[in-house]
Amino acid sequence: MNVNVQFREDGNVMRGYIEGEIDTFTAPVLRDELEAVQIVEGRRVELDLSKVNYIDSTGLGIFVAFYKKVTRENVQLRLVGLSSRLVRLFEITGLSELMSIETDAEVELKQ
Amino acid sequence: MKAFDYIEIRVPAKSQYVSVIRLMISGLAVRVGFSYDEIEDLKIATSEAVTNVVHHAYKESDEGEVVVGCALFEDKIEIMVSDYGVSFNFEEIKSKVGPYHEEDNVELLREGGLGIYLMETLMDEVKMNNEGGVTVFMTKYVTKEQVKEYVERITT
Repeated sequence: MNVNVQFREDGNVMRGYIEGEIDTFTAPVLRDELEAVQIVEGRRVELDLSKVNYIDSTGLGIFVAFYKKVTRENVQLRLVGLSSRLVRLFEITGLSELMSIETDAEVELKQ
Repeated sequence: MKAFDYIEIRVPAKSQYVSVIRLMISGLAVRVGFSYDEIEDLKIATSEAVTNVVHHAYKESDEGEVVVGCALFEDKIEIMVSDYGVSFNFEEIKSKVGPYHEEDNVELLREGGLGIYLMETLMDEVKMNNEGGVTVFMTKYVTKEQVKEYVERITT
């Protein structure tokens, strides 16, 4: 079990692709990767979570920390590709009210 | 025949074993007949309880263990997560955790403290006992099939 993060620059957007399970064991890897991301004012950050197949409060905490970091730098963060499971977790924890999230419904339609 | 089957696993209180416990929970939950979503809820709730033990129960030594016991009934599962480490006051902690709100100041957002809230939200019942160590008892009922059977019985 592991978590994998890859970042790609795409014009004005910094896209991060996260894959795997995020729990207390894999969390430090993800936290370090997100810590290392260079936040540049004027460039949006987008995290693609469509390949995240497990997340619990530890993982949600990491996204809260990252959200705080980018907000401090005046940069917009969007989480995209969330499965209905992930959306539910963001909703019951109230995080969906704070952060910009997008489902993977469009992705599903294309398939 | 016994009213339930009981399965128990004992692992070192280390983070690398939390996913192993999730595997066990999902395997057993399938046996009881839970839906995909319910199984995901059970995995998260149990992980939260085990993660709490891994992080908080054994501060001094590294050699603690966590015991996860599952009682499988026809229409529900009872999960017990237990350590022999440091007790904590459930009610006190509960009062400090919970969901985020839109008006929360971004800088002051908590980066932890959602674990107990998720356990309570995703399970039907959560009880805690902290004599000596901490034991969390959680219950979840199978929903879908029960309703279906009941409806059929009424119509016939």
